[in-house]
Amino acid sequence: MSKTYDAGVKEYRDMYWTPDYVPLDTDLLACFKVTGQPGVPREEVAAAVAAESSTGTWSTVWSELLTDLEFYKGRAYRIEDVPGDKESFYTFIAYPIDLFEEGSIVNVLTSLVGNVFGFKALRHLRLEDIRFPIAYVKTCMGPPSGIQVERDKLNKYGRPLLGCTIKPKLGLSAKNYGRAVYECLRGGLDFTKDDENVNSQPFMRWQNRFEFVAEAVAASQQETGERKGHYLNVTAPDPEEMYARAEFAKELGQPIIMHDYITGGFCANTGLAKWCRKNGMLLHIHRAMHAVIDRHPKHGIHFRVLAKCLRLSGGDHLHTGTVVGKLEGDRGSTLGFVDLLRESFIPEDRSRGIFFDQDWGSLPGVFAVASGGIHVWHMPALVTIFGDDSVLQFGGGTQGHPWGNAAGAAANRVALEACVKARNEGREIEKEARDVLSEAARHSPELAIAMETWKEIKFEFETVDKLDQG
Amino acid sequence: MPFQNTMGDYQTRQTLETFGFLPALTQEEIFDQIAYVIAQGWTPSIEHIHPSQAMNHYWPMWKLPFFGSVDLQQVVNELEACHRAYPDHHVRFTGYDNYTQSQGSAFVVFEGRR
Repeated sequence: MSKTYDAGVKEYRDMYWTPDYVPLDTDLLACFKVTGQPGVPREEVAAAVAAESSTGTWSTVWSELLTDLEFYKGRAYRIEDVPGDKESFYTFIAYPIDLFEEGSIVNVLTSLVGNVFGFKALRHLRLEDIRFPIAYVKTCMGPPSGIQVERDKLNKYGRPLLGCTIKPKLGLSAKNYGRAVYECLRGGLDFTKDDENVNSQPFMRWQNRFEFVAEAVAASQQETGERKGHYLNVTAPDPEEMYARAEFAKELGQPIIMHDYITGGFCANTGLAKWCRKNGMLLHIHRAMHAVIDRHPKHGIHFRVLAKCLRLSGGDHLHTGTVVGKLEGDRGSTLGFVDLLRESFIPEDRSRGIFFDQDWGSLPGVFAVASGGIHVWHMPALVTIFGDDSVLQFGGGTQGHPWGNAAGAAANRVALEACVKARNEGREIEKEARDVLSEAARHSPELAIAMETWKEIKFEFETVDKLDQG
Repeated sequence: MPFQNTMGDYQTRQTLETFGFLPALTQEEIFDQIAYVIAQGWTPSIEHIHPSQAMNHYWPMWKLPFFGSVDLQQVVNELEACHRAYPDHHVRFTGYDNYTQSQGSAFVVFEGRR
């Protein structure tokens, strides 16, 4: 017998709160931190979140009876206290895989963080983590090349890679900009980078920048005997223009391009990643605008979710913060999403903010990029925190060297190699930082000067978004 | 201006990737790095090439990679044998990582005459 239509408004929990539900391996799971309006029961708020992010709307409608909503609905299946926080709680929601278009991070986010975030019964809502089922992961292409292919292409083994964002970030002419690139690369960096703000402004149009940079890359490769690259930012006003820039970078024989995946958007990013896979180009990803979304501890989306989404959408590098530099970043939490970028299987680990086991299968890994307010004194900590599969980017810490970019680059490269060598010898480089760097500086006047220049610079502020602890 | 008297000039060099910016490693330091590669479970291997072709991805291999249980001294002997056979070549030591299907480490042990 079919169901009868009963018009009106039902409580969400009647349908969407299912504490006995055992999630399927194919379900997409989400953990939200929920802060409801006072007086509304937790189960009702949790169920409302499940409903509004899946099949539900505020009123019953007759056309529901033309489908099987029991099959399609999201289910709030667990509620947990947030350690050290009485007003908020975690809710865990399971979504059937058929709610989402294959290979579409756009579609997943439109559902999970769509209208529900403006829902009046909530004061705050934060998406803490998503478990993507392996069945869904297999529908996404992921990084165009991944860590191993990039190492092989660029012949970089056994150490983190070194980069630097060209400064001043705005206002240089294309030829002077190429000069700054050349000086950094000949000094020993593996990469230089367009600043995220650099697209194609009146002072430096993109074609001119690409051409001068290509010459700088070629010259530095020839003179050093090492492989080099510059992240040519192809972020553009529209997709057609983005692809035109990418094509030109390829024509010039460049190994790597760059995109801002949040301001550019997931649609553009996924498309560009696929283009990179087809064309054998590496893709560096910057994350401008992330802090608007991820910094508030009770509202928005945690960066670990944005990082997972990027790995699925596609990118070979992703900025993760530095822990020790000028920008926000809790160490445990950062280590958590660095693993989510690079490893194949990441187990649940609440001490690092990871709420679910995540199996990526054969999806390639993404280099973690540490950038922002770091200098040679941070090198031992950075090598320890980030390990080899990372790109360490010193902007001011390269170009602020009293002898210029090439010397600044050499100072960083010497410091990096000294740290890697000492680590491999079994030394504790974070504890012995001063000794390791001082020994290396005896053979490198560039490093000695850098150590003197930046000896007093620290960024010691409390992290705003800490992991939840009792 | 006074600072110009103290300002140094960085001279570009051929640096051959990892450890290219450190002074030539001593015998003992080379031992330590090889021991690290072996301890990671990677397979030591040796390759060499004339400096004029150092940018090539593929350098001729010296024999086969040393699969199975590997003795540190054996690797060092092979490195020296390769160097004696090709005194004007760069000799590179690599550690193949079969889990990542890439190289865990690689660095030039002997630099050929340019």
